[in-house]
Amino acid sequence: MKKWASIKNNLPAILFLSIIAGAWEAAVRLLALPAHILPSPTAIVMALIESFPLLAMHTRVTFTAVLGGLALSILLSLLLALAMDRWKPLKQALYPILVISQAVPIFALAPLILIWFGAGLLPKVLIVTLVCFFPLTVNLIEGFSQVDPEAVDLMKTMQAGQLMILRSVQIPSTLPYFFSGLKIAATYSVLGAIIGEWLAARAGLGIFMLRSMHSFRTSQLFASIIVVVILSLILFKLVELTGKLAMPWHKNTQENFKG
Amino acid sequence: MTGTGLLELKEVSSSYYSGETLLPVLDNVSLKVGEGEFVSLLGPSGSGKSTVLKIAAGLLEPDRGRVIYRGRDVTGEPRRVGYMPQQDMLFPWKTLAQNAALPLLCAGSGKRDAAARVEEMLPLFGLEGFGDYYPYQLSGGMRQRSALMRTMLIESNLWLLDEPFAALDALTRENLQGWLLRIWERFKGAVLFVTHSIDEAIYLSDRVYMISNRPGRIILEEVINLPRPRPRQVITTAQFAGYKETLLRTLAGEGY
Ligand SMILES: Nc1ncnc2c1ncn2[C@@H]1O[C@H](COP(=O)(O)OP(=O)(O)OP(=O)(O)O)[C@@H](O)[C@H]1O
Ligand SMILES: [Mg+2]
Repeated sequence: MKKWASIKNNLPAILFLSIIAGAWEAAVRLLALPAHILPSPTAIVMALIESFPLLAMHTRVTFTAVLGGLALSILLSLLLALAMDRWKPLKQALYPILVISQAVPIFALAPLILIWFGAGLLPKVLIVTLVCFFPLTVNLIEGFSQVDPEAVDLMKTMQAGQLMILRSVQIPSTLPYFFSGLKIAATYSVLGAIIGEWLAARAGLGIFMLRSMHSFRTSQLFASIIVVVILSLILFKLVELTGKLAMPWHKNTQENFKG
Repeated sequence: MTGTGLLELKEVSSSYYSGETLLPVLDNVSLKVGEGEFVSLLGPSGSGKSTVLKIAAGLLEPDRGRVIYRGRDVTGEPRRVGYMPQQDMLFPWKTLAQNAALPLLCAGSGKRDAAARVEEMLPLFGLEGFGDYYPYQLSGGMRQRSALMRTMLIESNLWLLDEPFAALDALTRENLQGWLLRIWERFKGAVLFVTHSIDEAIYLSDRVYMISNRPGRIILEEVINLPRPRPRQVITTAQFAGYKETLLRTLAGEGY
């Protein structure tokens, strides 16, 4: 029942996409556009199938950087947000810097990182971290600051230690904030990795894109865009699913906790 | 009836800052809870009852005055005590059983022992079979009983209960009052019980303190000499009506 409902809900979008693809296909054929300017949808699908092994290899490289960067940014943002929550002067000192740092374009920072760390996996992981770190940290800080002081008080009357309070109250009550930050981070992360690959790398989807572009294989370029979109969607859904598993209480609590 | 002193608040005054202005909340409040005694704190909304409990629990430092627990000055010192805040504070991310096990885990019990202990307590609180429910899946009355259960698993002989039945309908409330008395007789702890229901205060207590409008002062201390165990019918007796009249008259003197 639920599945059918979700298909039904997506039907208009699917229909709309099909219409666009059809119109696109017709336009390319009728106007006889050269394939390096605008390939037809069928040509793109063909390119996707033909270069699948190659695409898969490059995707694996990019995905590794993305996962590494996400993991590193989660770890760093958790430590920093915790520290900033514990020591208010640290928060006052670092928070503005954190915000300002977001005004520095990643395109300016990425080359620096490549100069310092070469062209391997590490610089890409660092660029992804740079992109993901901010939404995660800001959400975590917000989450920690929203922890109900009455809940902490209650724990004190049970003589709970710091670690127990962290585990039983602070972390679970921050989880919804964490996951909404992680959703944003996950969507940015693929972008971060590809920027890193454009600037310097030996493999990865960014490299595949560059090569397709230089050789005017536009259909391959489109094929790689599709892969990037799918990759981002998978990551997003993965985060959403993990969130649901980690917070089985969350879906209905909002209404009920108030009342 | 007053046993040996367990908890004592001595001339406690307290205030909050709301922005720039100082809001005096408690004015020279003194009260005593004896070992095993059931004491109610009765007063209008906003009179500072919850503030008294927070000070008694050591969660809030008063401006003046002292809190003595078992002869020791514990003013502003959080310590182990069975405190049930006004919002039941069941953690939404924990099941009923996990919420109730929290005090045991904090006291150093192993996970298995704590779970077993909670499991065996559930029937007493009328919650058998609901251990795996999340708070949002429980009714209001069940939530209150869950919160009480968690409070009573805190290893302490003093319970500070902040309007545990306020949010309930009259029927459920009467039901839970009788039930609370039976639980209390079984656990034999001392209780400081906050309420703004006169009937509830008389029915439950050995002693009732009445607190005035803000800033709260103690305006009446009344010993309730109704027999124990107390059947529900006690509320129809002349003696009960007499206490009620005294309390109402005091309230009227305050302009109610
Ligand atoms: N954290 C706080 N900061 C500022 N003012 C507060 C705070 N807590 C309580 N107050 C104020 O102190 C007064 C007494 O509050 P308190 O919660 O102790 O009243 P109460 O008797 O428990 O009321 P109720 O019966 O409605 O629960 C109120 O006027 C309230 O606005
Ligand atoms: Mg209150």
